[in-house]
Amino acid sequence: MFPYLLRRLGQSVLVLLGVSVIVFGLLHLTGDPTRLLLPLEAREEDVRQLRALLGLDDPLWVQYVRFLSRAVRGDFGVSFKHQVPALTLIFQTLPATLELTAAGLALALVVAVPAGIVAALRRNSLIDAVCSVGVLLGQAMPVYWLGLLLILVFAVKLGWLPAAGRDGLASLVLPAFALGAFSMARIARMARSGMLEVLAQDYVRTARAVGVRTFLVTYKYALKNAAIPLVTIVGLEFGVLLGGAVITETIFAWPGVGRLAVDAIFSRDYPLVQAIVAMLATLFVLINLVMDMVYTYLDPRIVFVRSRR
Amino acid sequence: MNEAAGVAAADVRPAPGAIRRRLSFRAVFGLTVLVCIGGAAVLAPQIAPWDPARQMLLKRLRPPMWEARGLREHPLGTDHLGRDILSRILYGGRISLGVGLSAVTLSCLIGVTLGLLAGFHGGRTDAFIMRVVDVFLAIPYILLAMGVVFALGPSLLNVILVMAMTRWVQFARIVRADVLSIREREFVSGARARGNRSTRLLLRHVLPNALTPIIVVATLELAFMIIYESALSFLGLGVQPPTPTWGWMLSDGRNYVATAWWLATFPGLAIMLTVLAVNLLGDWLRDTLDPRLTV
Repeated sequence: MFPYLLRRLGQSVLVLLGVSVIVFGLLHLTGDPTRLLLPLEAREEDVRQLRALLGLDDPLWVQYVRFLSRAVRGDFGVSFKHQVPALTLIFQTLPATLELTAAGLALALVVAVPAGIVAALRRNSLIDAVCSVGVLLGQAMPVYWLGLLLILVFAVKLGWLPAAGRDGLASLVLPAFALGAFSMARIARMARSGMLEVLAQDYVRTARAVGVRTFLVTYKYALKNAAIPLVTIVGLEFGVLLGGAVITETIFAWPGVGRLAVDAIFSRDYPLVQAIVAMLATLFVLINLVMDMVYTYLDPRIVFVRSRR
Repeated sequence: MNEAAGVAAADVRPAPGAIRRRLSFRAVFGLTVLVCIGGAAVLAPQIAPWDPARQMLLKRLRPPMWEARGLREHPLGTDHLGRDILSRILYGGRISLGVGLSAVTLSCLIGVTLGLLAGFHGGRTDAFIMRVVDVFLAIPYILLAMGVVFALGPSLLNVILVMAMTRWVQFARIVRADVLSIREREFVSGARARGNRSTRLLLRHVLPNALTPIIVVATLELAFMIIYESALSFLGLGVQPPTPTWGWMLSDGRNYVATAWWLATFPGLAIMLTVLAVNLLGDWLRDTLDPRLTV
């Protein structure tokens, strides 16, 4: 177990290094970062000043090492637009994003897991059919469209919930649902097929044959094993949700990291963009590291299979 | 990173008759819808009632024809500049499907090549490629894409390139996993023993056997790319106006949600129908070609 975790940790560090290369490269994409950072009509003198300020005349690898050593210490530079360290801005807005993603994920799990299980237990019933239509629609509906429809119906027509902003629990409902819908569909699908697979296993049949009560068989024997792949999905799904938050926050004017990022891109505030991409990627890597540990705890066979490769 | 992760596990093999009929109904439905939408997009110049860019300011914000103020010549209404929504949707389909198909093709080429190399050579090549895959999985792709498109300028080509560059990992992962098992099979060692070189071995013996999951992933990725493209458009970084795209139409409609619901509703419906059809087709392909596949 321990060597596996150590190796897994090493991999995460490598991945973060890779992320840093891409984040660094983002600024150098056009060859000359000043062209990206300054408006087109910038004076020649300003361009020169900025070049000197950012040390852009050094060789690229020197710049990268400098970038990395600062980034490791959490220093991504100062946001051009807000004149505040980029990291400070992220920490100000991250709670709102985490709140939204957590709510979206929780909503997805609360609806999808029971739905998937019931659909599997009552296979080919009306409930199953309703669930699978829901899954199909949920997977096909883009989050920005669903968001607009939700605003149209629940905020504009019915006036039940606020259309934008972050002000109390009521304002969380629509964005969390819009964000979580896609994950909801995927998790429900996973839960259903996972449950069907487990229900067909020998030990479930044996348990039934020796007279264990159906309730126990379903919830103790089957559900526990069907939960294993779900744990991984939750980790990956969190990344999907963080990405989806960019759009959801834009639609619902939710003051989170996603909206901050979109704003930063359009105002050429690339230090802030770099910081946000790096932080979200780090968050994703950490969450998946934790999920993998939970996973090895739930299913000890994993370690063997993985370390053999 | 999460090597055991599949996005959705395949159904356990269904009881023969009953479900196979339902599946094929779904497939036929998906295919029909897709052919209609694809046909409409291809034939847009012939069948669209209006020029999609033509502004008729006297007929601004007219509702669909079945509503009180609707006009018969604008079946789905007009937008805030008096442009015909139906015509714009027809033309927008060209961008959505065209960009989606190109991006999938490109990301498939990149992903399959790297996946083949990783799975076939193993060792350091594999470790390196898989770490790169992990990097791309960790980075929020929408933000990366926005940053890149903004830096390079939002042209059609840049949008396609960025979409492919951020999604190839899906192909690489599945192909690698498949190749890992294929390369251990006897016909591969046989071909190797006969003195085939690596390239030939890969292209003639390994690749054809890994084709099934590639086709399935390509279909499901097409659905994803269509959503992706319109998301970029929606955020203002897709293909630029005046070319009509579904994402732009939605983004325009956003400002009129309270007063003119049809602006955002119909393009969204077009996206949903297209994605739904592609997904149905993909599901059916997966269940038919390889029921144990977890994509």
